[in-house]
This record gives sequence, C-alpha cells and structure tokens, in this order.
Amino acid sequence: MTEPVEEVETAAPTEEGSTGEGEPNAEAEHGFPSGLWQKIEERPPPGLPSKRAWKSPLRGPWLTSVFGFLLLISLPLVILTGLLDYIAYGPGLHQAIPAHVGFLHLPYFNWPTRPAWLFQLTEGLHVGLGLVLVPVVLAKLWSVMPKLFTWPPARSVAHVLERLSLILIVGGIVFEMVTGLLNIQYDYIFGFSFYTAHYFGAWVFIVGFVVHVSLKFPTMVRSLRSRSLRTELRTPLADTRPEPMDEDGLVAESPAAPTISRRGALALVGGGSLLVAVLTVGQSIGGVARNAALLIPRGRSYGSGPNDFQINRTAVAAKIDPATTGASWTLSLGGGATPVTLTRPMLLAMEQHTADLPIACVEGWSTTQQWTGVRLADLARLAGVAIPTSAHVRSLDTSGGFGQARLQSNQVLDADALLALKVNGVDLSLDHGFPARVIVPALPGVHCTKWVRSIDFEA
Amino acid sequence: MARTKRQYGAHPLQLLTLLACFAFVGYVISVMGPKQLWNSRVWWQSILVWFLGAILLNDLVLFPLYALADRSLGAGWRAVSGRLPEGSPRVPVVNYLRIPALASGLLFAMFFPGIIQQGSPAYLRATGLTQAPYLDRWLLITAVLFATSAAAYAIRSARVGRRLRHQDETSAPPLGTEHL
Repeated sequence: MTEPVEEVETAAPTEEGSTGEGEPNAEAEHGFPSGLWQKIEERPPPGLPSKRAWKSPLRGPWLTSVFGFLLLISLPLVILTGLLDYIAYGPGLHQAIPAHVGFLHLPYFNWPTRPAWLFQLTEGLHVGLGLVLVPVVLAKLWSVMPKLFTWPPARSVAHVLERLSLILIVGGIVFEMVTGLLNIQYDYIFGFSFYTAHYFGAWVFIVGFVVHVSLKFPTMVRSLRSRSLRTELRTPLADTRPEPMDEDGLVAESPAAPTISRRGALALVGGGSLLVAVLTVGQSIGGVARNAALLIPRGRSYGSGPNDFQINRTAVAAKIDPATTGASWTLSLGGGATPVTLTRPMLLAMEQHTADLPIACVEGWSTTQQWTGVRLADLARLAGVAIPTSAHVRSLDTSGGFGQARLQSNQVLDADALLALKVNGVDLSLDHGFPARVIVPALPGVHCTKWVRSIDFEA
Repeated sequence: MARTKRQYGAHPLQLLTLLACFAFVGYVISVMGPKQLWNSRVWWQSILVWFLGAILLNDLVLFPLYALADRSLGAGWRAVSGRLPEGSPRVPVVNYLRIPALASGLLFAMFFPGIIQQGSPAYLRATGLTQAPYLDRWLLITAVLFATSAAAYAIRSARVGRRLRHQDETSAPPLGTEHL
C-alpha cells in the first residue's frame, strides 16, 4: 500500500517536498476538495487500530523493499511461463482456454516439440515458483499492513486513485495464489472456470504490478540503498534497531523491543520458501524427490509396477466401458481418400518406436516414462495425408472437456510423436489409456489423448 | 505545476499512469465478458467475490489471526516468565514456538484441501486415490517441526547455561529477564 502517512494523533505536519515522481506528496495538506478530505479525516471509524498499535520494530521501507525486490525479479518469470503455457495449449488450433483473449496474450507461435521437456519446464516453473513465492508475498503484505489501516484513507484524488490501483495488485496476487493452489489440489470449490479466472485475473495483476513498480521503483531503490544488506546479515538481535522514521508510515512510532533480528526475519521467510520448495519440487522433477512432496496430489505413489505412475483422470471418471476397449476396439484414420480402420494387432504389427518422454500437466506436475507405439507420422502416411497441417484426435471419453485434441503439423511429424500402445515394456493400463494413447514431446498432458478411437489428418 | 500537484495530490504523471491502468482493466473485463464476474445462481462462486474476498482474506482474516496469535504468544510468555522460579530457562523461547507454528500454519494455509479432504470427488476422479493420508502427514510434519525446535532450544539452553556458569554471575545480564 502506498499512500503517505498522516499524523492522526501526533505532531503537526512537517514541511517536506515531493517524495518522488508520480507519487503523492507526503504533505499533510489536503488536495481538492479539501473540506471533504478534512471531514473524512475527522471521522475515523470505531475499532480502527491507532498508529501506536503497530509495534513491530522490523517494519520499514528497507525491509519492504527487500521483499519487493525479490518479487520484482521473480514474479515476471511466473507471469512469462504462465503466458507461454497458454500458447502451449494451441491458440492457433482454437483450443487454448479461455478461447477469446483479445490482445491479452504473447505473440502466437507454433509450440515446438523440442526440447521434449519444454512444457515440463515452463509449467513446472510457473507452478513451482508460484508456490515458493507464497511466503515472500505474505511477508511483503505483512510489511505494508499499517498502511491499510491509516486514517483518513485518502487526502486527495491522487490518493483515492492510487489506493484503487492497489486493489488490483493485492487482490490480483492473492486471487492468483488462491485459485492456483486450489486448482493444483483438484479443489474446485470456487465454482467458476479456473482457466478464465486465473488468466484474466493474471492480466489484472500484471497491470497493477507494472503500475506499482513504475510508481514505487524510485522509492524501492532509495530504500534499498538506505541500509547495507551485508551489514544487516551481520547484525544480531542485540544490535537490531528500528529503521529511522519514514514518510510512508511503515516504521512503528512506538516499537516494541525486537524479538528477532532483521536477518532472522529474512531467514524465516527464506526458510518458509525452502520448506515449500522441498515439499513441492518432487511433483515436477520426480525420482526420490517425489516422496518428499507429502502434501500435494502428485507426490503419491501408485506402487512399483510399469503402469504405476501418476494418473490424470481415471477410466472410471471418464466412463470408459472396458467392453469397448477389448478385441472389438478399432482405430479409425480419416482425412485421406478412403478411411482406414486398424485393430490393435494390426497396430502392433507396424514398425514400433520407443521414446522416453515426459507427461506434464497444467497443475505443474510431470513424470517421464518409456513409451512404445506407432509413429503418428506413419499413421498419417497410412491414412494418405503424409504431411498434414493438423490432426484431430478423438477419445472414447466423451464426457469431459478433453475427450479430443488437435495437434499441429510439427506435433504429428516429430520422430518421437507416438500413438503409444505400451509403456515401460508392457501394455498400457486402462487408466493410462489402453488400448492406445497419444504421446507427443512437449505437448501439454491433457492433449496427450487417452483411449484414442480416431485420428483425422487434415491437409 | 505546483498548484496542480497540490490540488490533485501528486504529479500529473501519476494521474496519467493510473488512468491508463484503469482503462486497461476495463479492457480486460470487457474481453473476459463482464457477465463472467458474477454467478447469479451461487453468489459466492463469483470471480468478483473471490477477487475482492482475496483482499479481505489477507487483510481482515489472515493478518489479524496471525498477529493476534503472535501477540498472545509474546504476552503469555512475559506473564509466565515473570513468575518462573530460580533456575528456569534463560533463553527466550518465543522464536522456538513461533517458527514451527508459523511453518505448520503456512503448510495448512497452502495445502488444507487435502488435509480437511475438501473436493474429494474431483480428487478421486483425477488421481484414483483418496485424500486420507494428508491429515496424518501434516500432523507428522508439525510434530517434526516442533521436535526439531525443541532440540534446537535444548542445545541453545545448554550452551547458554554452560557459558553463564563459566562467567562471573554479576558480569552476565540474565537473559531470561530480557524483554521479549
């Protein structure tokens, strides 16, 4: 929060100049119409904590700026990877969600298939970094909390506008964290579309973030320069003193004696981030680290068999009738002059290709397995469309939002793009898409369609 | 210029920046479709309610809760430590309580859906599993956090005790009476 503080019950306003470009004056004068602002100032609501109620000896512009600086360098990475993942969903094939975003997107490009871990990386970073930053965001919000309760809430039109802009950044970041956290835990209590809310919520946050940084950057730099980080890291509790009184009202007027040093507070926040990292990174990097992801869905073990890896959407949930996946199952290939129908034995008789590829999901988790099956490029040639511009894959699963997907040309023609029949040397289990599923390098997991019944190659 | 600044309350550049900002937010809402903001059937499942609720959640629920807990901890310790008999702890315990409590609280705040088994049908559909293990895991992590803190506190107390025994009683300020 950004407005300068006013003296409610203390000395008369001090004479000072501008506090920096684009920022309200710290003068206790009122802007136009001054009568209105004065009246508001004289009527604080009951129950508002007085200025002297703020006791923390650590709050101050330097500490706030350290948290702000950390977020300034890390949040752009969360934003960028999030926007990249929108493109990974394939807006060119009209399957990105939400569908209509106007100018609110990065320049479109065909999502590449190389490196194969590209989506694993972007989505893993987006979710993983987002999780790790939760303690930093909470610390930043704690550090500016006195500003929320200052009275009057505004003393000029400039104040009102700036406070309104803070709704965007504070509401935006907490909204994105809350919806993201619930979504990765499959808790859809919010009721609205996660994709719509998280995507447009992000843009509201982005504009609030850009404006906040542009208005507060000079203050942040000045505050960071006011103390030496190296000195703070050497200062024990016994020598910890409050920052000098500031014009922004962060420093407590009557601070309590410190119970933790500034370096201790930084270590506490960093330790919180480290704890979250240890408990979540395993969902993205797998291996033994997955065992440490104790509190999130994708840290669970399914056993040690070849099909015992993370399941997304079970066959029961997809209402797959096992009878339709037995000997009677066929794969239809369309797009050529005449449709082609293949049984599973026919597919197994074709040239088989094996590749180690990750499945990576929008919840940030991933798992790499060894897949064996027929190249999609071979199926395209068989269908009579050797160089398709796209392919439309349909599933036996018709009840959910991802029972079909379109693949770009490069995603069909990649040498490791497969219609997988086996995983880790054995037949796919029903939960993993038996009789056949798509697996394509760097393709979002939900587009690696399971229980495939047809592929239409489009020229 | 000075007059404008005084009347408006800030540099005109601030006004222009913020007007551009609000216009852009208007554009975002327009592209999304303003209808999406509000759910007329279940009001609390609205994007607008959750967006504004996010601010209230942090400022008027989460912050007062942890601030109150922390103050009670400090005040409680001060009240108790005044009556401690001779030979009682000389190392302030407040951070050894505060840090594991904060860590446990942070984990609950972030991962409560699994812990309280909220949204279990969707969880089952997605993973084929139940959320049964999470409460036990969170409790165990909390136990480990407090146990680690207890061990650290024991080591610290032993060190301080040893140091004090080696020193002249009058030259060392009694740590236990330090204001927390």
